[in-house]
Order: sequence, then structure tokens, then C-alpha cells
Amino acid sequence: MIDAILFYVFAAVALGSALVVVGQRNPLYSAFALIVTLCSLSAIYGLLGSPFIAVLQVVVYAGAIMVLFLFVLMLLNVQPESQEEGSWRALAGTALALAVLLVLQVGTVLLHWHRPAPPEFDASTRKMAEILFSPRFLYVFEATSILILAALVGAVALAKKDP
Amino acid sequence: MLPLLWWQALLGDTAKVFVIFNINMLTFVHMTWLERRVLAFMQFRLGPNRTGPLGFFQPYADAIKLFFKEETMPAEANRKAFVAAPLISIAAAFMAIAVIPYGPPFTLFGRQWQLQVADLGVGVLFIFAITALGVYGVVVAGWSANNKFTLLGSLRSSAQMFSYELALGLSWVGIIMLAGSFKIGDIVQRQAGSLRHWNIVSQPLAFLVYFVAATAEVARLPFDLPEGETELVAGFHTEYSSMSFGLMQIAEYINMITVSVLATDLFLGGWYSGLPFLPSHGLLGFVWFGAKVFFVLFVFVWLRGTLPRFRYDQLMHFGWKVLIPLAVLNIMVTAVMVTVFGA
Amino acid sequence: MPSGPPFLNHAVLLSLGLFGIGVLGVFLRRNVITLFMCVELMLNAVNLAFVAFSRAAGTLDGQVLVFFVMVVAAAEAAVGLAIVIAIHRHRDTLDVDAFNLMKW
Repeated sequence: MIDAILFYVFAAVALGSALVVVGQRNPLYSAFALIVTLCSLSAIYGLLGSPFIAVLQVVVYAGAIMVLFLFVLMLLNVQPESQEEGSWRALAGTALALAVLLVLQVGTVLLHWHRPAPPEFDASTRKMAEILFSPRFLYVFEATSILILAALVGAVALAKKDP
Repeated sequence: MLPLLWWQALLGDTAKVFVIFNINMLTFVHMTWLERRVLAFMQFRLGPNRTGPLGFFQPYADAIKLFFKEETMPAEANRKAFVAAPLISIAAAFMAIAVIPYGPPFTLFGRQWQLQVADLGVGVLFIFAITALGVYGVVVAGWSANNKFTLLGSLRSSAQMFSYELALGLSWVGIIMLAGSFKIGDIVQRQAGSLRHWNIVSQPLAFLVYFVAATAEVARLPFDLPEGETELVAGFHTEYSSMSFGLMQIAEYINMITVSVLATDLFLGGWYSGLPFLPSHGLLGFVWFGAKVFFVLFVFVWLRGTLPRFRYDQLMHFGWKVLIPLAVLNIMVTAVMVTVFGA
Repeated sequence: MPSGPPFLNHAVLLSLGLFGIGVLGVFLRRNVITLFMCVELMLNAVNLAFVAFSRAAGTLDGQVLVFFVMVVAAAEAAVGLAIVIAIHRHRDTLDVDAFNLMKW
């Protein structure tokens, strides 16, 4: 019961701050709103029974990626966007297209509203580690480490100033 | 042991939160006094000795002074962010203490209690996450004051924080492997018995890495470049005065106390005395726990009085190129030993 | 009989809502970094869907995929922001409309 109330509270916070991310003209405020969204999503992951993913969300997304965003925003000293003429038409057009798509997707969800009761769920870190290091995902795991290395080298090479 | 009714559990948890909060705040208050006195003696002077016996009421005098100071805000500052930054720092500082046990389990009124607010299954990772969030207090504080120096100071400070956070987290992995669980209670439990069970004996490199990374994480000397008086004015909290500044000081000291309590719980055997002739069951464990935390805090003050400051590039070099490889080396050796010999 | 939380469907709907808002942002915003943040929002919406369905199915595969999505998102954020810094150095503006050199 408390779980359901908390879920709706965090869902409302997530939706609200997502709207701020999209609607706010100053990119710095969008970044702060995105941090709020990420933390409320982390709380929802915890409510859905995945503590490891919840903590990982805070550590990776809210704790590292958003700090990187904030650094870039503050060092590049970005200014708020100015409102452009004719942007209302773009807004209306996009909203219409999105509404059509969302109706289709929500319809799909509603079709499968009554799903069978979920079986017993044990999302402890030990279980996750057992699956992550099993032969099924081990190759992908090692490949992501090379991916991160490539991203590291690429980021340094791209952002470096030519002497 | 009878199961608790919901209001009894709520009352018990509120009492626990109250006690832990007060332990932390009292330790913080007397830590400021102790630091000034010990530093003074190390520097061959006296320190505060007039307000009360041995200057014991100095922190209270400081608090009263801070309350009466004028609260300033720069003209072009971002009001909401300026006010929010110390709140973020303090919130992060106090959230981290929710999963740390502050003493042994003891029986009271026929029930088992432990001074730990939430025994999460991912205990140590939670602390890591909250430490990651603590960086935002620093970033927002420096940016919101509309001052080039505070912005630079906060960027340097936050870069230092999240660089050493990696080494901090990696130093815990060895202990987690040995204990087989993320819960701090389990890690302390593994150190029961004698002195040779303590994690500092089985993971000395991890302890060194942890201690250095923790000193840098809390921005204490020798890593306090962001707040040194001779550098960048006062770093990211230049424009703060009165209680906003007081809140940031509280956050910094609470972080230091948290790190010391973690060092005690994770490496120094928690509330176990380690010697067979010194019993440590029930309430006696608090004595050993308090003694160890006090010793670690004293070492922090000792470092401050002894070592010179790191330069910023030396600091970053040390964090990334020395501490992280050492921590990874420790993990690899521990992994091999655990696989070959078992935990 | 153990049953999951009753809000799994609502979690999927929330994921759809967040994804839609993210797409709206990608179409409408002109600042490159804000665009990037809307892409991150979409990735998070997908993560939420993964976790919700993983809970509904009772297996942990969805969560392992969330782990990989987070790793890839981190790598992508790092490289993307490096590109943003490089193009800002080149053009001194962060407006996407200014980078239309390949337009017909």
C-alpha cells in the first residue's frame, strides 16, 4: 500500500521534472531537473525490487554523467535559448505525431493489462552477478569494457586543444 | 521476541534516528573544539582555552556568533541555487549515515536493537551513491555565487571529490569479496574473534587506499586545496556567511565523522575489541567502537597538523595514476586468494 | 501466493510518458546539450520499461540489459560531450541550426 503511494509520488515527480527538462529555456535548469528525474527513477527501481540497479542509477547517471554535463555547461557558459518565431507550429505538429504514436502504444499496454501474477523475484546482487558472469553475458561484459576504453580515448582526443 | 506493531516499530525507528543524529551532532560539535586544541598543541600554542574549562564551550560560542552574523548574498547570485546548495550538502552528508551501524546489537526491553537506521542489502553501495550525490552541493554552491573564483574553486573541488571516490569504492571491493555481502553488519561480523580477523590485517593495502581516498573525499589536509586560505580565497564557499556557511561546515565535519565510522566498521573491527581478555558483547562494544572512532578522528587532525598541502595537479595525478591502480591491484590479489583459498 | 507490486502496468505507462516527453524535447530544442539531455531521458525511459518487464517476468535478464544500457549511455555521454566541446570551439555557438554545412 505504502509502496503504491510512494510509486505514484515518484512517478509524478519524474514526469514533472521531465517536462521541466524539455520546457525550460536555460540548459542549466534543465540539467538540474534531469538530475531530479534520475533520482526519482532510482527510487522507482527500488520500489520495483531492484536495489542494485537503483544504486547503480544514482552512481552512474546522477553521480557521474550529470556531473559531466554540469561541468561542460558551466565551462562553456551556455546562455538561455531565445524563443523562435513559428515554433508553435513545430510544437503542434510534433505533439500531434507523438499523440498518435502514444495512443497506439498505450493501446498495446491496455490490451495486456491483466498479466499473470509475477513469480517470486530475487534481484540480489549475487544473482545479478551470477547471470552477468555466466557464459551468456560474459562476452558482452568484456566487450563493454573495451567500449569504455574506446570512449575514454575518443573523448580525450576530441576535446583536446591543438597546441 | 514478539513481533512489533506498526506504531511500536515507528517509535523505535524514530528513537534510533534521534539517537544517531545526536551522536553525530555532538561528535561534530566537540570535534571542532578538539581539532582546534590538538592542532594548537601540535603547533606549540594553546588554542581556545577561555570559554569554559579548557575552552570546552568554544563551539557553542561559535554557533551563537554564527547565528547572529548577517546573512549576505551576492547581488547577481542565483537565489534559489544559492540557498539550496548547503541544503544539498547537508542532506547528502546525513543520508549516508542511515546505513552504518553505530554499535553492537544489544537487548533492551526484551527486544534486539542495533543503532542502524536501515539495514539495506546494498549497504556499502548506498554510501557510495550518496557520496556521489554530495558532489552536487559543492558544484551548485560555487556556481550560484556568480563569482569566477568560486566557480573555479567548486569545479576543482568536485573534480577532486569524484576522482577519489573511485579509489574509495574500489578499496571496498576487497572487503566485500572477503565478507561475501554488501551489508556493513556482515562485514563487521566477519571481524569478530581476535585481532588477526580484522580487515586491516587481511587487507592492509585496501586500508591505506581507503584512508587516503577518504581524506581527499572529505577535503581534509593534505588534500584541502579547495579550502586552503591561501588558495582561491576560500574556494566554493567564499560568498557564504552565517548559518549557510555553518551548514556547509556541518556537512564537511559529518562527512569526516562518517568516513571515520566507516573506517572503524569496515577495517578496524567495528565494536569488537579483538583481544580475548577484553569482552565486547552487549553495551561494552560501544566503548571499543567509540575508542576506535576517536582514534581515527585524531589521526585526521594529526595529519592536518603535520603535512603540507598537495598542489592540484599532484593531487589529480595521485588519485588517478597511483591510488586507482593500487586499489585494482588489491582487488586482483584478493580475488586470486579468495578463489584459491576460499574466504 | 507471492505477487508483484500492482503498479507494474503504471510503470510501463510512465516509461511511455517519459519517452514521449524525451522525443518532444529532441524535436523542439535547439541547444545541443539540451538535446543530449532529452536523449538521456529517452534512455532512462527504456531502462524503466526493462526493469518493469523484468519484474513482471520474474527473470533478471532485463536488469542485466539495464546494466549494459547504462554503461553504453555513459560512454556515449562522454564522447558526445567531447564532440560538443569541439564544435563549440569551432563555431562558438551551441545552436543546432548553425551546424548545417552538409545541407543541400
